[in-house]
Amino acid sequence: MRKMLLAVLSRVLQSPAAAAAAAKPASRVMVASRNYADFANEATFEIKKCDLHRLEEGPSTTTVMTREEGLKYYKTMQSIRRMELKADQLYKQKIIRGFCHLYDGQEACCVGIEAAIKPTDHVITAYRAHGFTYTRGVPIREILTELTGRKGGCAKGKGGSMHMYAKNFYGGNGIVGAQVPLGAGIALACKYFGKNEICMALYGDGAANQGQIFETFNMAALWKLPCIFVCENNRYGMGTSVERAAASTDYYRRGDFIPGLRVDGMDVLCVREATKFAAEHCRSGKGPIVMELQTYRYHGHSMSDPGISYRTREEIQEVRSKSDPITLLKDRMVNNNLASIEELKDIDVAVRKEIEEAAQFATTDPEPPLEELCHHIYFNEPPFEVRGPNQWISYKSTS
Amino acid sequence: MAVAVAVLRHLAPLGPRIPPHGCAGGRLLQHRRGLRLSAAAAIQVTVRDALNQALDEELERDERVFLLGEEVAQYDGAYKISRGLWKKYGDKRVIDTPISEMGFAGIAVGAAMAGLRPVCEFMTFNFSMQAIDQVINSAAKTCYMSAGLIGVPIVFRGPNGASAGVAAQHSQCFAAWYGHCPGLKVVSPWSAEDAKGLLKAAIRDDNPVVMLENELLYGVPFEMSEQAQSKDFVIPIGKAKIEKQGTHITLVSHSRLVGHCLEAASVLAKEGVECEVINMRTIRPMDIEAVEASIMKTNHLITVEGGWPQFGVGAEICARIMEGPAFNYLDAPAVRVTGTDVPMPYAKNLEDNSVPQVKDIIFAVKKVLNV
Repeated sequence: MRKMLLAVLSRVLQSPAAAAAAAKPASRVMVASRNYADFANEATFEIKKCDLHRLEEGPSTTTVMTREEGLKYYKTMQSIRRMELKADQLYKQKIIRGFCHLYDGQEACCVGIEAAIKPTDHVITAYRAHGFTYTRGVPIREILTELTGRKGGCAKGKGGSMHMYAKNFYGGNGIVGAQVPLGAGIALACKYFGKNEICMALYGDGAANQGQIFETFNMAALWKLPCIFVCENNRYGMGTSVERAAASTDYYRRGDFIPGLRVDGMDVLCVREATKFAAEHCRSGKGPIVMELQTYRYHGHSMSDPGISYRTREEIQEVRSKSDPITLLKDRMVNNNLASIEELKDIDVAVRKEIEEAAQFATTDPEPPLEELCHHIYFNEPPFEVRGPNQWISYKSTS
Repeated sequence: MAVAVAVLRHLAPLGPRIPPHGCAGGRLLQHRRGLRLSAAAAIQVTVRDALNQALDEELERDERVFLLGEEVAQYDGAYKISRGLWKKYGDKRVIDTPISEMGFAGIAVGAAMAGLRPVCEFMTFNFSMQAIDQVINSAAKTCYMSAGLIGVPIVFRGPNGASAGVAAQHSQCFAAWYGHCPGLKVVSPWSAEDAKGLLKAAIRDDNPVVMLENELLYGVPFEMSEQAQSKDFVIPIGKAKIEKQGTHITLVSHSRLVGHCLEAASVLAKEGVECEVINMRTIRPMDIEAVEASIMKTNHLITVEGGWPQFGVGAEICARIMEGPAFNYLDAPAVRVTGTDVPMPYAKNLEDNSVPQVKDIIFAVKKVLNV
């Protein structure tokens, strides 16, 4: 009995390739069923302490993650990663046009945030929005189809990369910084309706220098709006490093009179705990709070930017090898017996398949019909005529 | 008759309100009582009071409606449009903002996206330029970009165009700027009924509406019919009104200059020229059919506006008339009367020559009709 157990354990601890090569199908099935029984249900993790601004206490430095949570975060982050890489591929094939700002490297931010808030809470971000569009409930297929500009896209092909929306997710906003006052307005509605909902208003290190953000900080603090201002600091605003753009790069302090946290944005659990803390702060009526997530994007600013003229390949490689959010989670899960490498690999395979199918749909779905051109100019409006490129061409607009 | 009363009022915008029984117009109204039953219940209401009533009624009718802007609450409004509302409805419904147009306009748009129905006041539309990105890119375009998922039921309102002696940075007309953009509705009231009916319609509309008021009209009383006094009185957005029927020439205008047109019309009537005066009421969507129908009757067109000529409201009307069925009915080229193409000067004599005067309209009519 013990010999068999040892044999099973040794197979589990071998490298995946060797184990796969060595094990016969029948024993692999036996190993798999024994593995599930052997996994821990949950584990406790130490997470980095957050830097605090105007706060006596911060989020907890330990957190419990269940196996189920871990698998969910892993699958979601991996889905976003592969979706963004697929978008890269489609863009290079010229099937996606215009602007395409990719989120790979930053997955822990949107996944950690979503893990800490409710579906009835609200989120608004800028143009690097594909990750949030997914975590807020839009299927991969609809995101990719929106990118390829087809009628099955989540905005029927009329929005594109920067304009994707969902219930309680207000985009996808193309004008840098404009989404922050919008987010505070959504928070004002949350307070007004009194249903204990909050709003996450995200912006980047580049947007952090926008004047309208400071106008928003002032009003949010004055009126105690339940708004979490989240600065996703990925170190570069397009081609300008934070040191060249900001007199103070302590973005978590830039809210001045608003308390702030600086969070390790590559660790999904750290983001989750910080968001839980911030959400509690808002829901308890204390007003807004700022959360700086220190993160990194592997791609350039957009698909037009190779991303290596203002930073070194070595830097990108170093982050990939030492701080990749998906690898961090994987290592944690495997080392704490929450999942096996095979299991996670199976998830990778399933994710790749889903992305491939979604991409297949996205490249074969037809473009929106021409009649769609002028629909939805207004909301809840009787049909009217819209002038085309000359006076003899007109379109019907319905809502 | 009501129109003549309004024109007389219009000449003294800063004067005291004249009570209905103490003037020639009022007496004539009483004289006609036997013939027009509705005249008995009509009252004089200033544009300011009409706007105040509209806000009060809509705040009462729908809990989601709220007002925000600089000085709207405790100061009772920079132009007293929101007088008494903060006292009645409190901090939640009437919100004083700091001087942060871009910020509070964005906050208002976000609130609208999340289900509220804000009325966002710009102290004048000159300041709206600081926030214009939120009006256009966040409010106007979102319904389209989201393929109808997210509506933005917001009203941006405030005084627009020339005032008196406030000089270049406080006198610009934004009708053409906002009228240019799909996704917005743009209304421009003249009379008290216009102001009340259009503001109520704007607040009830599920789309972003820009309401361009005029500071010089705020104190002007107009007759308000019994129908207009009702809490459910709304004027449909997108429909012009014929203020005066005529046969010789069509004068199309919006906002304050409608009054100038009516005055010009009354002077010209004495010389036998009958002008048809159209009050556009809405800039976008424009009721060009009303103008076309009028031209098919009068065969002549003059557009009258306070804004600058280049790319203005009048330019758009003329272009559309050329493209439509009414062109063949024109006996002369359409003509525009506009503000002078210059930043607004301060000195009174220069300012008077920077906005269309009644004499400029009369001159244009005579030129077009060759009389």
